[in-house]
Amino acid sequence: MSDVSVEITGLKKSFGPLEVLKNIDVTVNRGDVVCIIGPSGSGKSTLLRCVNLLEEPTGGRIVVNGTELTDPDVDIDAVRTKIGMVFQGFNLFSHLNVLANLTVAQRKVLKRSEDEARKVALHNLERVGLSEKAHSMPAQLSGGQQQRVAIARALSMDPDVMLFDEPTSALDPELVGDVLGVMRQLADEGMTMLVVTHEMQFAREVADKVIFMDGGYIVEEGPAAEVIGNPQEPRTQEFLARVLDPTHHGPSDPV
Amino acid sequence: MAVSRRKRAEYIRYAQYGLLIVIALLVAFLADWGQIKAAFFNVDIAKSMFPGVITTALKNTIIYTALGFGFGLVLGLVLALMKLSSVAPYRWIATVYIEFFRGVPALLVFIGIYYGVPIAFQMQFPPLTTVMLALGGVGAAYMAETIRAGIQAVPKGQVEAARSLGMSQSRAMVTIVIPQAFRIILPPLTNELILLTKDSSLIYILGLFREQYELTKFGRETLSRSPSLTPILIAGLCYLIITLPLGYLSRYLERRGTGGRKKVSA
Repeated sequence: MSDVSVEITGLKKSFGPLEVLKNIDVTVNRGDVVCIIGPSGSGKSTLLRCVNLLEEPTGGRIVVNGTELTDPDVDIDAVRTKIGMVFQGFNLFSHLNVLANLTVAQRKVLKRSEDEARKVALHNLERVGLSEKAHSMPAQLSGGQQQRVAIARALSMDPDVMLFDEPTSALDPELVGDVLGVMRQLADEGMTMLVVTHEMQFAREVADKVIFMDGGYIVEEGPAAEVIGNPQEPRTQEFLARVLDPTHHGPSDPV
Repeated sequence: MAVSRRKRAEYIRYAQYGLLIVIALLVAFLADWGQIKAAFFNVDIAKSMFPGVITTALKNTIIYTALGFGFGLVLGLVLALMKLSSVAPYRWIATVYIEFFRGVPALLVFIGIYYGVPIAFQMQFPPLTTVMLALGGVGAAYMAETIRAGIQAVPKGQVEAARSLGMSQSRAMVTIVIPQAFRIILPPLTNELILLTKDSSLIYILGLFREQYELTKFGRETLSRSPSLTPILIAGLCYLIITLPLGYLSRYLERRGTGGRKKVSA
């Protein structure tokens, strides 16, 4: 296999007359962590959702681990088992306990035996530090715990690449650290990750590459230290100034 | 002189209790208690109904209702899925079915199936099949709308999570959406069950053997042999044996449902 995990070329996505993504090119190397930052409405979540076809691209090409997703004949269900996805709203299956959340797709999709699915699930619960919650219901867990279960659920499918769609945006501030800790650990273990986030500290420390999007375009991309530490584009500078130092700007102050 | 607000509220309350007592006394004096007792509370007639009213009639009511509800639930689920289908003709068929069977009296459906099917298809269903088709056919129309609403009430993120784990559309529906939908609609479904319990009385238009009588038919038959409405009262009370617990169950499920399932997913 090549060193490229995700290759996006000329990606376009419109919702009716609204063009959300305009000609996006992204390459994610195997084992890399790529963080996508940008203001709301910039198209970063849509971009991420295109990578496992939760959104159908209007144009362009997406190749994940050698399989072209944009090929109309692709077996998308098979491809998705190799792409883990973590949502802003956790989306744990509310009628199943934690263990069943982790085993249901292993059993029904990968056709693993009950014993094997259970073993994999417990192993991944341990990775996110929630072994003791195996028999809890999702509603009994805090947001941070639910998100870590959601990460463990995605990991239980043994994905090649993990997508994170603002995984900490719905969390109370004191719970963010637990989730970021798990993600950092995943990155250290060599997982290929594509992360839409507002956590600049995380992006700066963990990301191999940071992409800044605005208005459906990639405005700036490069190593975290450059894009976040020393942005070249005015739009990037303005966005980062607002995010990193929110109290020093009025709603419409020019930077 | 001014009366305080608290005093005035007190007087109004006394007046309300007073009115109630006056009405109760009037009814008590004017009513012919002997007549009423003879008409509704004839102990001998009541005794003569046992144990048949329980061992035959109540049992049959439960059997007919269960058959109708079971068939109605399956057909209702199919109709709900048809209504949500991306294939337009499926949606049209489901809509026509639901509008028709919700709109006509259940009695007409019973007559249609009991008298119409033999003429149209040269075959006669046994009473159990007739009651299952008629009761379930009507119940399905109501339940389909309830089930459809339940399926649509399951947050979209649940399907997205299931799909992102590689489940197909139908697999996600069966494994994730429908189980959650049924948790949401358990209270209204229990209501449908209560309605069907009462509609099972419509089976009276079918020619039934004695051992096939359900509560209403059993009461009417006893009535025809006795100069008292007691059988009707007994039959009515027997319905309450079924419906009151179901009503409690429905309310219990509703309370539990809203308590345990908040803030699950955005």
